[in-house]
Amino acid sequence: MATRALEDTPGAARTPGDDLVVAGVSKRFGGVPALTDVSLTVRAGTVHALVGENGAGKSTLGKIISGVVTPDEGTIQLGRDVLTLRSPRDALAKGIVTIAQELAIVPGLTVAENVYLGAEAHRAGFVRRAEARRRFRELAERVGFRLSPDWLAGQLTTADQQKVEIMRALSRDAAIVIMDEPTAALAEHETAALHAIIRSLAGAGKSVILVSHFLSEVLALADEITTLRDGRVIRTVPAAEATEETLIEGMLGRSLGTAFPVKTPPATDAEVVLSVEGLTASGVRDCSLEVRKGEIVGLAGLVGAGRSELARAIFRDARVQRGTVRLAGATLSGGGPHRALQRGLALIPESRKEMGLLVGRSVKENVSLSRLDLVSRLGWVSKARERRAVTSVLERTTVRAASLRQPVAMLSGGNQQKILFARAVMCAPRVLIADEPTRGVDVGSKRAIYDLIVEMARDGMGVVVISSELEEVLGLSHRVLVMRQGRIVAEFEGDDMNQQAVLAAAFSETSEHQGV
Amino acid sequence: MTATEQRETPAGEGSGPGAGGAMVGLLKSWRLAGIFIPFVILFVVLSITSGPFLHTANLINILDQQASYLDIAAAGTLVLVAGGIDLSVGATYGLTTVIAGELALHGQPVLAVIVAVAAGLVVGLVNGLIVTVLRINPLIATLATSFVIAGAALKVTSGNLVVLSATSSFFKFANAQFLTIPSAVWMSAIFVAVLALLLARTTFGRHVVAAGGNAEAARLAGVRVNLIRVVTFVISGGAAGLGGVIDTSRLLSAQAGSGGSQLAFTVLAGIVVGGTSIAGGEGSVVRTAIGVLFIALIGNGFNLLGVDPLYQQIVLGLLLIAAVALDVWARRRRR
Repeated sequence: MATRALEDTPGAARTPGDDLVVAGVSKRFGGVPALTDVSLTVRAGTVHALVGENGAGKSTLGKIISGVVTPDEGTIQLGRDVLTLRSPRDALAKGIVTIAQELAIVPGLTVAENVYLGAEAHRAGFVRRAEARRRFRELAERVGFRLSPDWLAGQLTTADQQKVEIMRALSRDAAIVIMDEPTAALAEHETAALHAIIRSLAGAGKSVILVSHFLSEVLALADEITTLRDGRVIRTVPAAEATEETLIEGMLGRSLGTAFPVKTPPATDAEVVLSVEGLTASGVRDCSLEVRKGEIVGLAGLVGAGRSELARAIFRDARVQRGTVRLAGATLSGGGPHRALQRGLALIPESRKEMGLLVGRSVKENVSLSRLDLVSRLGWVSKARERRAVTSVLERTTVRAASLRQPVAMLSGGNQQKILFARAVMCAPRVLIADEPTRGVDVGSKRAIYDLIVEMARDGMGVVVISSELEEVLGLSHRVLVMRQGRIVAEFEGDDMNQQAVLAAAFSETSEHQGV
Repeated sequence: MTATEQRETPAGEGSGPGAGGAMVGLLKSWRLAGIFIPFVILFVVLSITSGPFLHTANLINILDQQASYLDIAAAGTLVLVAGGIDLSVGATYGLTTVIAGELALHGQPVLAVIVAVAAGLVVGLVNGLIVTVLRINPLIATLATSFVIAGAALKVTSGNLVVLSATSSFFKFANAQFLTIPSAVWMSAIFVAVLALLLARTTFGRHVVAAGGNAEAARLAGVRVNLIRVVTFVISGGAAGLGGVIDTSRLLSAQAGSGGSQLAFTVLAGIVVGGTSIAGGEGSVVRTAIGVLFIALIGNGFNLLGVDPLYQQIVLGLLLIAAVALDVWARRRRR
């Protein structure tokens, strides 16, 4: 891995060889400490990972280093230079660039325009387009991305949009790149490509601060790993000396036990609760599947393979061209999500903030939204009945909220996700489709969500789990379906269900007629 | 992790909310206070500085004049909370005044009320369908329909002013006295109360909030977002119709050009000063009513104190900016 010997590499950082030293940094938000006396050193030309549960302070630390948040106490030093960062602009001027969890691209501008946003080559106010394209080509070649400068950024996949952000960071001649969950939205082969880029950044003498939930990724990429818990540094260790177990132990203050709950297979004669035949919709081609009572079926595949599209077609949220969906024997035709929910099909959408929650509204309102009819009479909501009903499903789904009236925006990612499960539980569906149920969720909550899914299946629900994390699909499901280019191309059960087989099916061009 | 034992019991609403709940409660009541406190201060100041202000006749007169505005603003709050906006209320109001005026003139007072309100409902339905079926931005859609409606209103009267006599039974619709308060005030009070309860306490109200807060999430949670939006536009159109009838009966005259953008924007100002977010997803009919009355008090006070009406508009404009700034600030605090 990268060493400091590469300081003289052409195109290296503005201040090669300068370590970033964070000393005694504390930050409180409205009296609540987010960081307490945090000190660490990011050595130049290394990848330094920050791990911790949601709310442990990783993102706050990243924001302090990138100037978004000013610390209450402590200093940040780059080489001999003590930095006073009052805004992201100050940080940029010092060569500190952030690639945030939520991408900051302008969808209506082209790739090249996005890369040079705010730093356009210009003469007397007029953008020099040819010059910008020439610089773009050079840059793209240097990092090995194949992106046309003229594409509209809004039409790119998330992975490609991320590449745009990375190119922007590199075009600014960054010394320090902060990446917050860079691979959360990527498929595996894209993740691999990003990993290569991160290594090459370090190889070119730049420091990368990597914030990630994926411990295997952290262990593979980082030179040093700092574990945070409750806003404090627990320890900083060389990656070579860490294992997933020691990291989790540091993050939680205890060891987690096994990652996945024990599988309870469905009864062999369990009835079929969801039956999909020849379903064709936008991004979905001729898909058939069955889910039995108590069964957890995993839906694997690369991002863009049509998994979410299939889920939304089954849920009748997308126009269906052909095919039938039967719920416990009754055909579901048209009527949209409203009808699907009435018939006993619930969906937990892939992106909880955009498609799931009313972030400004209370826990109570978010949970009861789908089944207000249970707690109202003639349209009049009974506060007492609503409170009782919501309290009971929150208990089942182990949501931790200060009060029923707390806005969900104030909850952690894990608890927000559990709110969506609570809403689904309140619907008491026959079939639940959970799309990326643990995206952006901390380790402890992940396990709680796995337990929930398993429990729901044990109670007789049929569950479809869609996830980009292969481990998750394999760890939870009784049966795995693999999708590629809108089709279900393979099915695995029992001992055949392993990472290699699923990956092979997801990538392979010849697996078209295998399995199903 | 069996988190049941680690979990804090969610505090019930009635029984002492937790720290977060208390903060939210404080913020909410503070936002209500945001319009309520200036309203009370203005009221007290006017009571002290102007002799005639506190007279019952003056106060009832303010409520009487604001009856139609209160109706329309209350309904407009639902539209805004559901993520829409209705700029056509002024034109609809103008159309329904002339419909009511013409029918009353021809000795059909009952029909005048029914047809005018029905016309408002139909306009609302059309607005709703344009916004949901054609998926046209509500601002543009209702701007466009307001031209169409204003034209239709001119067609009804051929541009003439309709003048009614105080002896007709139509006059009684808004001017009948009950407990020394005119029926126009009673009607608007009941209408506002019904819409306030509809938004705050019913499943429909919850769905309105959800549709405006996050339409995609609401739809996936089983809310029929388009239906909800259409209904809010229908209520808004109906309210404009009711307001038109009330004012025609109150003023005994009708003209196609009455209402217009002036009314639409004044109503919107009342809603926004009341603290309802223009971005949708939250708002309160009660606060809207206070907002509308607040603006009315400013006008009344300026008149009574003999201040140049010019300043009235300047003050209103500055107030709007302050109200929206407050809204933005409150939202940022919560994120």
